[in-house]
Amino acid sequence: MGSTNSTLSKIPNVEELMRETGFSPAHIVRLYDRFESLDKEKTGHLRPEDFGAINRLAMNPIGDRIIGAFFSSGQDTVDFHSFVRILAHFRPAENNRPRDPSLPEPVNSRISKLKFAFQLYDLDKDGKISRAELLQVLRSMMEMQVTEEQLESIADRTIQEADLDRDDAISFEEFRKVPLGDTLTLTQQRVASK
Amino acid sequence: MLTRLIQREGGSMEQEMGELRRYRTQSISRGEFALSDSFYFYRKGLESIVDDQVTQRFSSEELVSWNLLTRTNHNFHYISLRLTIIWGLGVIIRYCVLFPLRITLAIIGLSWLVIGTTLVGFLPKNRVKTWLSELVHLMCYRICARGLSATIQYHNKENKPQKGGICVANHTSPIDIVILANDGCYAMVGQCHGGLMGVIQRSMVRSCPHVWFERSEMRDRHAVTSRLRAHVAAKTNLPILIFPEGTCINNTSVMMFKKGSFEIGGTIYPVAIKYDPRFGDAFWNSAKYNMVSYLLRMMTSWAIVVNVWYLPPMTREEGEDAAQFANRVKSAIAHQGGLLDMAWDGSLKRDKVKEEFKEQQQKMYSSMVVGKKRRKSETFRKDNQDTVILE
Repeated sequence: MGSTNSTLSKIPNVEELMRETGFSPAHIVRLYDRFESLDKEKTGHLRPEDFGAINRLAMNPIGDRIIGAFFSSGQDTVDFHSFVRILAHFRPAENNRPRDPSLPEPVNSRISKLKFAFQLYDLDKDGKISRAELLQVLRSMMEMQVTEEQLESIADRTIQEADLDRDDAISFEEFRKVPLGDTLTLTQQRVASK
Repeated sequence: MLTRLIQREGGSMEQEMGELRRYRTQSISRGEFALSDSFYFYRKGLESIVDDQVTQRFSSEELVSWNLLTRTNHNFHYISLRLTIIWGLGVIIRYCVLFPLRITLAIIGLSWLVIGTTLVGFLPKNRVKTWLSELVHLMCYRICARGLSATIQYHNKENKPQKGGICVANHTSPIDIVILANDGCYAMVGQCHGGLMGVIQRSMVRSCPHVWFERSEMRDRHAVTSRLRAHVAAKTNLPILIFPEGTCINNTSVMMFKKGSFEIGGTIYPVAIKYDPRFGDAFWNSAKYNMVSYLLRMMTSWAIVVNVWYLPPMTREEGEDAAQFANRVKSAIAHQGGLLDMAWDGSLKRDKVKEEFKEQQQKMYSSMVVGKKRRKSETFRKDNQDTVILE
């Protein structure tokens, strides 16, 4: 707590980070406080175990995959900049402004969000969601509650519906057709009651 | 209005999945899987990374409008010169005028507690002694309360805890004891400390029985329970004061009560304590501040404004086990104090969660996708803006 400026000055390259991600100073400070509270040993980096300590995340059926999204580039620690960059994907998209095609795709646009969600399924990063990969996600969401046959039939049905070029896998183009709405957006918070 | 980062939709899993699938021809009743289903879990997961409900309860409540204390304002930044001047004046008043007065009162209160109880301790055990001891205790706590500029409003005084009973209350800070003891005398329960606290504890025990445990005794649940039981059984002893949450919560909700206090037997007198956050943040974040800096912060706030509700006594019913009884009492307290009744355990702050919770989520989701037969129509009663026709 205390003034925003004093916390901001603790973060290196914060101007660039704000420009790149579009977060306001207040949000950056908020995320920094959160980062510090997760980084219990004050190493300046987060490891998968630090995420695992978040109870609600451990309860989440695809919690491990979400954690994996933060460590996708093969490293086993994530620093504050990477942490913020990944979360920037989930800022509300600014749909009203016509996009200037010469600028790079904003990190929180609909396409970027979908690309990110695609990685949730496509673990081997070959650009396609294979039947096996789909089964894996289904399995983590439903685990012991359904039989293997049921899982397989659900997977088959899903691929049948979405797979337009009949290659028995879902490419990103086919995945794009999935309606997104507001689902992959973290927006304004309501203040705690009373 | 300062902007924040996450919106909590508060919708159930069915509601949100319904939203996701709205665009498609399939509805939830068909029970199919949709690729977008995983987005729901994805978002929930991200929300919990950025901020989660349990940890939220252990940091101070956020106010809608600023009360001129920088400590309660997370987004503090320069707004205008006038505001800064007003804030500066506030600082001067709080630190240079109010604080010295309060410290003096606190010192007087505590010294009188030690001296008074020691003096009363010399008397033989009779009615005069009990009466004097109550007098001394009340006086000291009242002085200490003034030392914090505490304004306390007691409601439903007819339900005040009686001798031989157990008083349970929600816990926000160590000051809760002062707040409650301003209106009645209680037998305190706690660990033996060294130093100043130890001196106070030992002298208090001389004038009337309190229950202080050695650290080693605390681990043995049976020993603890039997000592408390013995205290309660002697009907002339003062009511015991217990905080079943086991830890300080930030006064926006009540966490799970530990059932140990409810196994002792006897009548339970629940009490709800609600602080007004506009005048000062009473929550003790033991991870962030130690006791001394906490008390300093208390003494430099504007005031401590509290509402205390005495609830009608409760006893354990037939066929109710300690855990259910604990939950019943907790709901009553939460309801009265306008606090959220949380199912979470205060100790979750430190422990990891069990696999069962994850399985619960999986069960809920798979019943949506596969278990058509199990699903009853009332699950979807209030959901979805479109009408979803169910079989």
